Amino acid sequence: MSGIIGTRAASARRRDSQVGESVFVRMLLIVMALGFLGIFLVAPLVTVFASAFSQGLGPYWAALAQDETLDAIELTLLTAGISVPLNVVFGIAAAWLVTKYDFWGKSVLITVVDLPFSVSPVISGLIFVLLFGAHGWFGPWLSERDIKIIFAVPGIVMATTFVTFPLVARELIAVMHAQGNDEEEAALTLGAGGLSILLRITLPKVRWGLLYGVILCNARAMGEFGAVSVVSGHVRGLTNTLPLQVEILYNEYNFVGAFAVASLLASLALLTLLVKKIAEWSVSNRQAKRDALRSAEARPLAASAELEGVRP
Amino acid sequence: MTVRVENLVKRFGNAGGPAAVAEVSFEARPQAITTLLGPSGSGKSTLLRLIAGLETPDAGRVLIDGKDVSALSPQHRNVGFVFQSYALFKHMTVADNIAFGMKIRRLPKAQTKARVAELLELVQLPEYGARFPSQLSGGQRQRVALARALAIEPKVLLLDEPFGALDTQVRVELREWLVTLHERTGITTLLVTHDQEEALELSQHVVLLNQGRVAQAGSPHDLYDHPADEFVASFLGGANVMKSRVSDGEAKLGTKSVPAPSGARDGTPVQAFVRPHNIRVRRPDGEDPAELGKIERLTRVGGYVKVYVSLPSGESIVVLTSKTDLDALGVEPGDPVAVEVVDAKVFVQSYSI
Repeated sequence: MSGIIGTRAASARRRDSQVGESVFVRMLLIVMALGFLGIFLVAPLVTVFASAFSQGLGPYWAALAQDETLDAIELTLLTAGISVPLNVVFGIAAAWLVTKYDFWGKSVLITVVDLPFSVSPVISGLIFVLLFGAHGWFGPWLSERDIKIIFAVPGIVMATTFVTFPLVARELIAVMHAQGNDEEEAALTLGAGGLSILLRITLPKVRWGLLYGVILCNARAMGEFGAVSVVSGHVRGLTNTLPLQVEILYNEYNFVGAFAVASLLASLALLTLLVKKIAEWSVSNRQAKRDALRSAEARPLAASAELEGVRP
Repeated sequence: MTVRVENLVKRFGNAGGPAAVAEVSFEARPQAITTLLGPSGSGKSTLLRLIAGLETPDAGRVLIDGKDVSALSPQHRNVGFVFQSYALFKHMTVADNIAFGMKIRRLPKAQTKARVAELLELVQLPEYGARFPSQLSGGQRQRVALARALAIEPKVLLLDEPFGALDTQVRVELREWLVTLHERTGITTLLVTHDQEEALELSQHVVLLNQGRVAQAGSPHDLYDHPADEFVASFLGGANVMKSRVSDGEAKLGTKSVPAPSGARDGTPVQAFVRPHNIRVRRPDGEDPAELGKIERLTRVGGYVKVYVSLPSGESIVVLTSKTDLDALGVEPGDPVAVEVVDAKVFVQSYSI
C-alpha cells in the first residue's frame, strides 16, 4: 500500500508546476485519503485479526477446529466448488453469445445478466424459497419425490450461483468486446471449428480476464451471506456456511470464535487481492519484457532464446 | 482457380435499408490478382467477406473453381484471408501462427515444421519464428499474416486492405514484394483497396465498386482510358471537369471537338472529363484560337509540374506537364497561357447545379 501512496505522491509532485496546488492542499488531500482508508478499510481488517488472536493462538485454533466450524468450511468449499465452475461455463457461454452473435433481444440478455447485482441478496434468496420452498411453485412436486432444495445444500448452491452469476460473465463480455473477433475469424478461415477456436484462440486471449472473474466470483461465493441465509435454514453442521457461522458464533457471544472464522474469510479476501495483483503484474511485466526485446532488434537469436524462457 | 460471384446481395440492419452489396456479379481470373477498388462504403470489404464466408449473403452465389460454396462455412472453403488488422494470434509465436492451419488439419509434425520454415523463408522472416507478433513491425506482421494464410495451400487468397495500416515507404516495398510473391505462387488473389494507385500497379483486373454495385470491371488500362461513367472517370486518375453543350453530335472544348455520347441531342449540357496530362499549355499567339487562361500556381513534383490554370469561364483546371516542357515555355504564375485539350471523355450531365 505504501507503494501506491508513494507513486501518487510522486505524480502529485510532478504535476506541481502545471496545476500549482499548494503544499497545504496536497497534505490535506493525502491526510483525507489516508484517514478514509484507515477508518473504513484498515481499522476493520485489523480489528478482525486482533480480536481473533486476542486470547492467543491456542483459543484461535480451538475455535477453528470445532466440528461445526469445520463443517461450515467444508460446505463453503463445496458451494464455491460447484457454483464457480458453473458460472465459468455459463459466463463463457453468455459472453460468447453476446459478443459473437447479433440477435433479437441481445440487450435484454445483457441486462438480465446484471440482474443479480441489482437485486438485494435477500430477495435473491426469497426467489428460490418461492420457487422450491414447501409452499413454492415446485414445492409439492419436489416433496412428493422427497427432494429437498430449500434448507438444504442444493438451495445454498443455487442461491450462491445466482448471486455470483454476473461476475464471470460481465468480466468476459467486457474483455471479449474490447478484443474483437478478428482472431476468431482468422482461425475460422484457417479451418478451425467452434470448439477449436474456443480452446485455442478465445480462452487463451481472455485468460487474464477469466482468471480475474473467477477470483472475484470465488470470493463472493465464499462470502455470500444474505441469499444463503434465507435458503439455508441455519442447520448447524449441515447448512451453515462460513459467513453464517460467523453470525451464529457472534450471537452466542463467542467473540474469539466469530472473529477467528471471520479472519479466515478476510484472509481469503487478501489472498484474492494478492492473486489479482500477481496476475496484473505478470501481464504488464511480460509486456515490458516484449517491448524491451522489440527494441533489441539487433540480436534476434538472443531474443528468441530469452523468449523460450518466458513463454506461458 | 476462378472465383465467380453471381448477383450477390447483402444488407445490414433492416430489410428496407440500402444494400451494402447490391446485385454484384464478377469473375476473378485464375492465377491473376484482381482488385476490388472503391471508395469507403462501396461494399468492397463486405464483398470479400462474403466470398470468404465470413458474412452470409441475402441472395446470390459464390463459386470457387466452378463449385457453389455459398452453403459452406468459412471453415471448409479453404480460402486464405488476410485481415487489415493482420489478426495474428497474439499469444502464439510467429511459427505457431503459421502452423495453426496445418495443426488444425492434423498434418504430420515434421511436415508442418518444414513448411513453416519454408514459408518463413518465403516471407523473408527466417529468423523470426520464435518471436511473438507484438515484437514485430507492421510490415513484418503483414508478412506473417500472409504466410499463415498461404500455409493452408488455399484455393484463393483474399487480402483486405493489406497495406492500409502501413506507412508509405513500407507500403510501396510490400506492394512490389507481393507482386513477386504472386509470380512465384501463382495463386488466384483478390485484393481490396481504396487506393487506386495500388490497384493500377498490382492487378491485371480491376473491379471498381460504387455504392454496392460494380461501376466497371476490366483491365486497369480499360478503366483509365475508357471509363464507363462519370464516377469511374473521376475516381480513377483524377480529372478536370469542364462543361460544354452538344452541337452536331460533338462537344466543343476550346479548339478540340470530342464526340458526344450517342443519343445526346443538340443543346444537351455535357460534362467533359479531361485527364491532367491530356491538356497542353503554351504561350498564346497574337490571334490564338485556343482558349486563354491564366496560370495561378505551379507545383513541382519531381520531374513533373502541376500547372493550375484559371479559365475565363471561372473554371479552374490542373495541367500535368514535364519539367523540361515547362522550362522551355518559360512561364510564371500570372502569365496568360493558351490551353488545348488533347483528349477528353464526355458524359451527359446526370445532375444540374
